[in-house]
Amino acid sequence: MMSIENRRMDHLRQLESESIYIMREVAAQFERPALLFSGGKDSITLVRLAQKAFAPGRFPFPLVHIDTGHNFQEALDYRDALAREVGAELIVRKVEDTIRQRGLTEPRGKFASRNWLQTHTLLDTISEFGFDACIGGARRDEEKARAKERIFSVRNDFGEWDPKLQRPELWDVYNGRIHKGENVRVFPISNWTELDVWSYIRAEQIPLPSIYFAHEREVLVHEGQLIAISPFIEIEPDDTVVTRSVRYRTVGDMTCTAAVESTASTLDEVVAEIMATRISERGETRIDDRVTEAAMEDRKKGGYF
Amino acid sequence: MDILRFITAGSVDDGKSTLIGRLLYDSKSILADQLEAVERSSKGRMDGEIDLALLTDGLRAEREQGITIDVAYRYFSTPVRKFIISDAPGHIQYTRNMITGASHADAIIILIDARQGVLEQTRRHSIIASMLRIGHVIVAINKMDLVDFSEARFNEIQQEYLGVASSLGMKDIRFIPICALAGDNIVDPSERMPWYVGGTLLNMLEKLELSGDTNLEHPRFQVQYVIRPQTAELHDYRGYAGRIASGVYRRGDQVRVLPSGRESRIERIEIAGVEVEEAFASQSVVMLLTDDLDISRGDLIVHPDDLPFVSQETDVLLCWLDERPLSVGNKYMLQHNSRLVRVVVREISHRIDVNTLEHQPVEGAVRLNEVVQARLKMAAPLAFDAYEDLRATGHAILVDETGHSTVAAVMFQ
Repeated sequence: MMSIENRRMDHLRQLESESIYIMREVAAQFERPALLFSGGKDSITLVRLAQKAFAPGRFPFPLVHIDTGHNFQEALDYRDALAREVGAELIVRKVEDTIRQRGLTEPRGKFASRNWLQTHTLLDTISEFGFDACIGGARRDEEKARAKERIFSVRNDFGEWDPKLQRPELWDVYNGRIHKGENVRVFPISNWTELDVWSYIRAEQIPLPSIYFAHEREVLVHEGQLIAISPFIEIEPDDTVVTRSVRYRTVGDMTCTAAVESTASTLDEVVAEIMATRISERGETRIDDRVTEAAMEDRKKGGYF
Repeated sequence: MDILRFITAGSVDDGKSTLIGRLLYDSKSILADQLEAVERSSKGRMDGEIDLALLTDGLRAEREQGITIDVAYRYFSTPVRKFIISDAPGHIQYTRNMITGASHADAIIILIDARQGVLEQTRRHSIIASMLRIGHVIVAINKMDLVDFSEARFNEIQQEYLGVASSLGMKDIRFIPICALAGDNIVDPSERMPWYVGGTLLNMLEKLELSGDTNLEHPRFQVQYVIRPQTAELHDYRGYAGRIASGVYRRGDQVRVLPSGRESRIERIEIAGVEVEEAFASQSVVMLLTDDLDISRGDLIVHPDDLPFVSQETDVLLCWLDERPLSVGNKYMLQHNSRLVRVVVREISHRIDVNTLEHQPVEGAVRLNEVVQARLKMAAPLAFDAYEDLRATGHAILVDETGHSTVAAVMFQ
């Protein structure tokens, strides 16, 4: 017989079990759920959790990637390989096509980001396939507005989040009933912190795109942040371009994700660095959140993830 | 390392946000850039101090009005424990949000202003905590600096509170004198209250014994999803996926499926595709039975010698969460974890005053934030437990059939 002591899960297993429970609620409650996949570590973690939740059955969600066209090639290669490996349908829709079809204006400026335009492509994709639930990898520790969002977050026909009209979410009873045209964003790793995600990736030995580990890269130094040199940013004559040993702490668009200086080349070394850091993930790596204090709240209200 | 989920209860002026801010700040959970943002927002304040309360206010309306409207979740950890804070508003008009926050909590911190002692809101927060069966209560007596760090005052409030608690059947109650603004006894011991030797708040939170909170005695497993790969190798595989609500299950156990009452034996238990000998409460597993029974989402798999109630009519405690009122005869969908059943509210016997626990007659409809004792009739038999015995199978929600919103928290009796 096992002792009572052995019948307690550590925090990572508790979080895993909760997330699997949420994944299964999505598969059971919705007709056409999808998993939004960016190629970043959080959505990679979601894929692993979904595999565990439905083993040995087939992977029940298509992977949907809203491609801004500004991705790291490593993340795209990883995405294609992962979809093949788990046997999931891969749906890719390009922001560039939305811009053309809908006559949208390309953002301009030094680090012109298509991040905000993703919302248009996402909403089009949701209606094209009739998705009633979209699973995302957002975490509540990331940002103030996210700290208030439910795990089952109901969005109206325009994908808008109304923070004042959220359904009470009691115990672990998830109410996914919606009207036609509405959509639920589901965040199974809401209660994970950045360190939890990294610790889980280490415990599970999940392979990651190589850019998460230290590598030499040409970067532009801008207000203390290191931005990868790519065709998508404007370089001016007085810009400082240097080669540094860097890794990515979060992987988004090349235009709005900054690298951090690092020599960490293994998961153990990355976890050690994350534990020691004194700067938050978004603060260190996201250029787009700095605009206003309520930047994320506004984007979510407008239909963002 | 495990997880402790706790809620903080206090009203606008009790220093709740300051307490959370202090806990995060002194445990070094606030990172440099987040602190800078708060420092920027604190500029222009009279005292020039940084306002730790700003760390916790999320929505623009909350920052503008300086209040908490909705439940926010905060995270921090120490080498021994990960903490999840439900930061819920304490004012009576937000009782619904407090109930929501409390439903996720293992422990509650109730803040009392040392100058004021036990107030109506203290009673309300304690009543809600006891209704939701929060296992551990920490009474933090704040603003001790404003009563000259008086031990006599601390003892007086402690006695006063124990009087309230005695009628509520609370078990584990601890008291701590603090000054959240200056940080006394939050993470670092106070030098100004040498008479207090009970350890800091963080210390208490780290040491709360949670192993008794998970029920490992009564096996309850509700089916969430049926896994049928239908591949050549796994042609006949039929696995029942779900999270064990309480108790322990082993391979070979005789089990009964409710509400049908059919019996079978556990052939195999899997976690993420890997077979295990036994599985226990709150693990997400897949169960395979030796017989091919008709089992679907919402069914409960239990041991034949340890049964829950199975009934089509029952008494419940209802916390009303919706703007539209509740009247006798209204119909709703009852969501009991993964089971959905249509119900009608047969009878509302009385209202429970959340400030006094008094029973009051209900004339007319039940309104937002009210708690009532009611009788529900279900369209089909439901297997459930009393909330006070088994939390996980003793709770449910009511969902508006046409509007789809969640309108009530349900606790079976």
